[in-house]
Amino acid sequence: MTDLIASTALKARQLTEEEIHDIEHEKTHYPYAQAVGLEALKIVQKYQGWVSDESLLAVSEYLDIPPDELEGVATFFNMIFRQPVGKNVILLCDSVACWMLGCDDLQAHITKTLGINYGETTDDDMFTLIPVPCLGDCDRAPSMMVGRELYRNLTTEKIDQIIAEYKSKA
Amino acid sequence: MVSITIDGKNFEVDEDNNLLQECLSHAMDLPYFCWHPSMGSVGSCRQCAVIEYADDNDEKGRLVMACMTSPREGGRYSLKGARKFRAQAIESIMINHPHDCPVCEEGGECHLQDMTVMSGHAYRRYDGKKKTHNNQYLGPFINHEMNRCITCYRCVRYYKDYAGGTDFSVQASHDNTYFGRWQEGAYESEFSGNLVEVCPTGVFTDKPFAKNYVRKWDLQTSPSVCTGCGVGCNTNPGERYGTLRRIVNRFNDEVNGYFLCDKGRFGAGYVNSEQRIPVSMTRDSHEADPVQIEPDAAKQALKDAAKGAIGIASPRASMEANFALRELVGEDSFYAGISAKELGMLNSIIDIYQNRPVNIANIKDIENSDAVLILGEDITNTAARMALAVRQSVKNLGRQMGADLNFPNWHDAAIRTLAMDRKSPLYILSPHATRLDDVAKSVHISSAAQSARIGLAIAHAIDNSAPAVKGLSKEEQSLVDEIAGTLKGAKQALIISGTSSMEPALLEAAANVATALNDGDSKANLALAVPESNSLGLALMMQGNEKALEQAMSSGSKKAIVLENDLYRRAASADVDTFIDGLEQLAVLDSLKNRTGEQANLVLAAATFAESSGTFVNYEGRAQHYYSTFKAVDSIRSSVSWLSDKSLNELNAECAAALPHCAELTHLTPGEGYNFAGLKAPRQPHRYSGRTAMRANINVHEPKQEQDENGVMVYSMEGVPAIKDASVFNSPWAPGWNSNQSVFKFQEFAGGPLKQGNQGKRLLENNVKDKPWYEPEIAGDSDNGFKVFPIYHLFGSEELSAFTPAIQEKATSAYIALNPADAEKLGLHSTDGVQVEHNGAVPFILRNSIAAGTVGVAVGLSGLNFRNIPGSIALDKAEDWQSPDNWKAANIIVSDRSAESGKGSAS
Amino acid sequence: MSVTNPLTKNIEDGRDPLSFKEYQAAGGYQSLDKAMKMSPRDVMGQVKDAGLGGRGGAGFNTGLKWSFSPEPDGGPRYLVVNADEMEPGTFKDRLLMEKDPHLLIEGMITSSYALSATTAYIFLRGEYTLAEERLLKAIDEAYTAGMLGQNIQGTDFSLDLYLHTSAGRYICGEETALINALEGKRANPRFKPPFPQVSGLWGRPTLVNNVETICNIPGILTHGVEWFKNLGLGDECGTRISGVSGRVKNPGCWEMPVGTTFRTLLEDYAGGMQDGYELKAFLPGGGSTDFLLPEHLDLPMIPGDVAKAGSRLGTSLIMVLDDKTCPVGCVRNLIKFFAHESCGWCTPCRDGLPWVEHILNKMEEGTGEMKDIEILQEMCGYMGPGNTFCALAPGAAEPLQSSLKYFMDEYEEHVKHGCKYKSH
Repeated sequence: MTDLIASTALKARQLTEEEIHDIEHEKTHYPYAQAVGLEALKIVQKYQGWVSDESLLAVSEYLDIPPDELEGVATFFNMIFRQPVGKNVILLCDSVACWMLGCDDLQAHITKTLGINYGETTDDDMFTLIPVPCLGDCDRAPSMMVGRELYRNLTTEKIDQIIAEYKSKA
Repeated sequence: MVSITIDGKNFEVDEDNNLLQECLSHAMDLPYFCWHPSMGSVGSCRQCAVIEYADDNDEKGRLVMACMTSPREGGRYSLKGARKFRAQAIESIMINHPHDCPVCEEGGECHLQDMTVMSGHAYRRYDGKKKTHNNQYLGPFINHEMNRCITCYRCVRYYKDYAGGTDFSVQASHDNTYFGRWQEGAYESEFSGNLVEVCPTGVFTDKPFAKNYVRKWDLQTSPSVCTGCGVGCNTNPGERYGTLRRIVNRFNDEVNGYFLCDKGRFGAGYVNSEQRIPVSMTRDSHEADPVQIEPDAAKQALKDAAKGAIGIASPRASMEANFALRELVGEDSFYAGISAKELGMLNSIIDIYQNRPVNIANIKDIENSDAVLILGEDITNTAARMALAVRQSVKNLGRQMGADLNFPNWHDAAIRTLAMDRKSPLYILSPHATRLDDVAKSVHISSAAQSARIGLAIAHAIDNSAPAVKGLSKEEQSLVDEIAGTLKGAKQALIISGTSSMEPALLEAAANVATALNDGDSKANLALAVPESNSLGLALMMQGNEKALEQAMSSGSKKAIVLENDLYRRAASADVDTFIDGLEQLAVLDSLKNRTGEQANLVLAAATFAESSGTFVNYEGRAQHYYSTFKAVDSIRSSVSWLSDKSLNELNAECAAALPHCAELTHLTPGEGYNFAGLKAPRQPHRYSGRTAMRANINVHEPKQEQDENGVMVYSMEGVPAIKDASVFNSPWAPGWNSNQSVFKFQEFAGGPLKQGNQGKRLLENNVKDKPWYEPEIAGDSDNGFKVFPIYHLFGSEELSAFTPAIQEKATSAYIALNPADAEKLGLHSTDGVQVEHNGAVPFILRNSIAAGTVGVAVGLSGLNFRNIPGSIALDKAEDWQSPDNWKAANIIVSDRSAESGKGSAS
Repeated sequence: MSVTNPLTKNIEDGRDPLSFKEYQAAGGYQSLDKAMKMSPRDVMGQVKDAGLGGRGGAGFNTGLKWSFSPEPDGGPRYLVVNADEMEPGTFKDRLLMEKDPHLLIEGMITSSYALSATTAYIFLRGEYTLAEERLLKAIDEAYTAGMLGQNIQGTDFSLDLYLHTSAGRYICGEETALINALEGKRANPRFKPPFPQVSGLWGRPTLVNNVETICNIPGILTHGVEWFKNLGLGDECGTRISGVSGRVKNPGCWEMPVGTTFRTLLEDYAGGMQDGYELKAFLPGGGSTDFLLPEHLDLPMIPGDVAKAGSRLGTSLIMVLDDKTCPVGCVRNLIKFFAHESCGWCTPCRDGLPWVEHILNKMEEGTGEMKDIEILQEMCGYMGPGNTFCALAPGAAEPLQSSLKYFMDEYEEHVKHGCKYKSH
């Protein structure tokens, strides 16, 4: 009777078929289930946008990795979101090359335009702004990502265009 | 051994130890945090930095962490050379520490305080903001104050890697690293309390102690022994103003090492219970109201009552108290106070230890075994410290793999990485899943009787001169062959069983397996768990005297003296009722109110272990003396002093002379004449404060020093700590080392046994060369009703600790456990209760791991008397069911989940 | 005609990477045939003889590193390619993986043969989404073509190759931290010894190499050791990708012979400084290297020569600090990065870097004190090589200590008057 063990009232979310499919695919790459833990969290995040407690518990039960263990891993890595994020996550590079070329001004511009600081989400849940360590795109600095897309040689004008693009897609 | 030079001085050191350990062993003050003798090295805190020189010409050297360095022949090292770095390390460690020592429970015995001073950080330069964290609720035992954390990783390495806990982890990273649970909630590990001692500062502190707090230097302490089970862990209780404040571990290399279970650490609160019997009471008849009686009159009344009375002894009373009762009532009228079956099983253990070619395994032997078979004993709940040791034993394969690649044994992380999930084999035969299943190679669910049969078959498979067993299934036979092969191939096999299942054949089966493994040169390890702190001592006292409780109750005697024993926990209630109803005079000596005492004509207020001295004999036959921590109020006296006018030493001498195996009882303490330069050993530290003030509200005159029962220790700060005698090894302290880490100053080498040897004397040894076999007859399981097996709980099943508030929070009321298919057959829904034949109605839980047709019955929890329950019972859905108030299913931590998902197998 | 740009010969601006067929037609996948005619140990010997230094930053001889792995015992062995490019100012592996994924895969297969590896992983930075897509496609193609999987090309050699994408942590660039991450654990580094070659991934023999390092293997096997040695200038062997970021006219990265000078890179390849900006200093190979000054421009980009000048070649992607950018602010940005990316395992890194960051913040905010400069000096030694569990904090200390060496006047100016570089 498994519910005797959990000292938490939380119930795991049911993983979707896609999530299970992707997790099963990753499992074939590694000899131990623990190695798939982080992958599975990323898979959940891919589909759900972030990793809720219920999702973390679901992965924990599916892979038989204690939730505490998973939490330790999830909170170690920068790109696992344990809080809800907007539909589009803006990763603004704030490392040295981008800094020299004005990423602080870009951040100020985004903050002014969208009304969000680092770590915040717009009221309409469209955008979340997060600083990211060096994106490895220093020759095209300043750079940022929105979701999986990379944008380079940024200016405030370019940023306005990009934001408008995402807004119109919605 | 290799020769090395440290700061120009030569040392002979053990190259298998790390350099930190050797520096400490050679009395150098080298600070450290992350290293722990039981957990090895990981090199994280950087506090034990030293300089290592490449050769004689090297003048600069390089900085290395002593804990990660194997001393090499001719090596040249310097502690002085790295002093600046160590000061820098502690300075940066401290930048986020709250400096809240005045309100911190750890203050005064804080390793961080000691190391900060030792490393030379006295002036704070960091002027930024400190990081802060949220704290979590972690249950009734432990407080969490994360802001004090210095990120040494000891807690998580202890909880997860050492103790096998899964509900705790390190989270986040950089200077925001957090140690806690992923969600708030009570710790599930039975060994969580050791965090209090493992944490070098005040992140994890003793919660009950914090509510009733004093500084370490104001605690009066004594060398003591835990009363929680038959393992006999060495403890160090602390008292102030007449209340027991806390229990900490007292190092004993062979019994408990550095660690206690949570019952041992948190279960002694019963000493302060409101259910204590504060004064002796008497009454003329069962119907009359009891009236208080003065101590001297009470003692006389007991003497009078003893004439023609039978004495009923106790497995939780000391050797001395039991022997004093025996003297008082005479050998012929002396009864064991436990059932004939239990007495028979304890006698059987004595027989095995004496007359079988086995090695009686202490906790260290258990840790060092490389193949383990557990036969029908849920040691996590009946002898918890043993379970923690078994968890270490499965790591021996990894250590061996490391040794094959020349990894030093202390290289904890490397060995764990190398081993991955490869473990030394552990086989468990049990009627239900146990908390050790996650490290077991395989778990076989079978009744105690069937486990005994399988055990006998294993013995036969190892040595075919052992009696054979017929009728095993094909699956069972292949298990038998696998286990037999594994045990035979092991360097040091260990068999564990015990009395809790009340199946005598299990013990004999365990003995046969251990006997079969004897190949003339080496003996197999055997550990047989016993129920209570002095169970085996009681059985030793009954040698040549088979009188159990049943005989006492049918003796026809009209007068009885019951020593520290609630008979309702020992026999069916109706039988006890009949017995007591037939008595004209019942005298009870006990510390806590119970059903037996309620019916007595004379109740004598007895001291607990904390207020009296005595001797317990643990599961291995080790007699260990405990010293009273403090003197109770005058109305409460030790059972010995109620029963006898003799001193403990006199009683011990007489007991040693009167009984076989007990000669060593006279050698457990340094004796009445003990002194060092004319002084006895103090219970209070030399910084004990308020000596002249603490009683000033009663009398401004300082009272005369209280007399001691043993003549060894005094209730005072005056005296000389008995550093030459392990039996009087009290709270350790050394200059600069105010925390429990100072124990290394008293060890042969840092982490090794105490210089003075280990506390206690083995009463049982064997020198058997031949291989005698047991041929038990095992009754077939009847087909009627549900077959009953007992389920023990670390929290709640044991009588005394169940009076402790923190334990009550973790305990639950009685219940039964059913296989889901059986519950369905009975038409039970989760909110229903179950009517137990001859008993009341109780709640039930479902457990996948128990066999269909069997029912587990919780032992010792309020709501059922297990002794009332026959071997097979009928169950029914209870009418008009309401669950009891203290029914807390969430407190029942089982491991069925891991058994289901196959985590228990080492695939 | 011999190849002189083996790493980038298939790369053209604005063109998608070559497919398997195109890559093969362009002379690809020949190294495996050549290697399989030799024993694995001999292949290892060739790599060692070629003098290929690791391109991840440390520069250790690759063949020598390989040779520390024990003889195969029949159990699994691993090759892991470190593609977790995250060193501030470094963007070369992105180019190689996005533009010519088959070169990396060929290098991995041939290297796995030499190492008797049974499984190979690419540990890719999660943010490199384009590289992820292209590598996945290329791996599929290689499996389909029978270059991966069971009995490759009909031989006894079998290899599985998987792409692992990470979730963002600079520390994963440290090979043992990377191994922990790949095992699904927190990416704390492991103590060495044991080295991964002996006990790495899941306790088994494991080699971790940088992308560019492995991309050099096909050339060495295909064209031979002598060819490789001749690629470099003077006594140097091979080519490497170097690049420039910052206020230069033409930032980017290019393949060039090992031994090329910083000046050639900066002036010939990158077109020199932008108009109106002067070169004040440069970081020669990523954020964890010491600043060098314009006077060092004529040094060849060789680890030994750069070390003599008091820095490290690192990744050989240089970052220029111009005269209108605050050096203290630049160091603050780097330290903030390193403090954030510290894994939290050992004390000097976990607690030392945030202290340095705090002081640099004070400097920039104009509340710095002279005693803070003393503390900064002290912290450089405290976090130095050998004092920490891994190389993260010592790396972080490099720009700090060199900036204190070269720009002490700027620090003092900050204490006295605050930061004068308010805009740039």
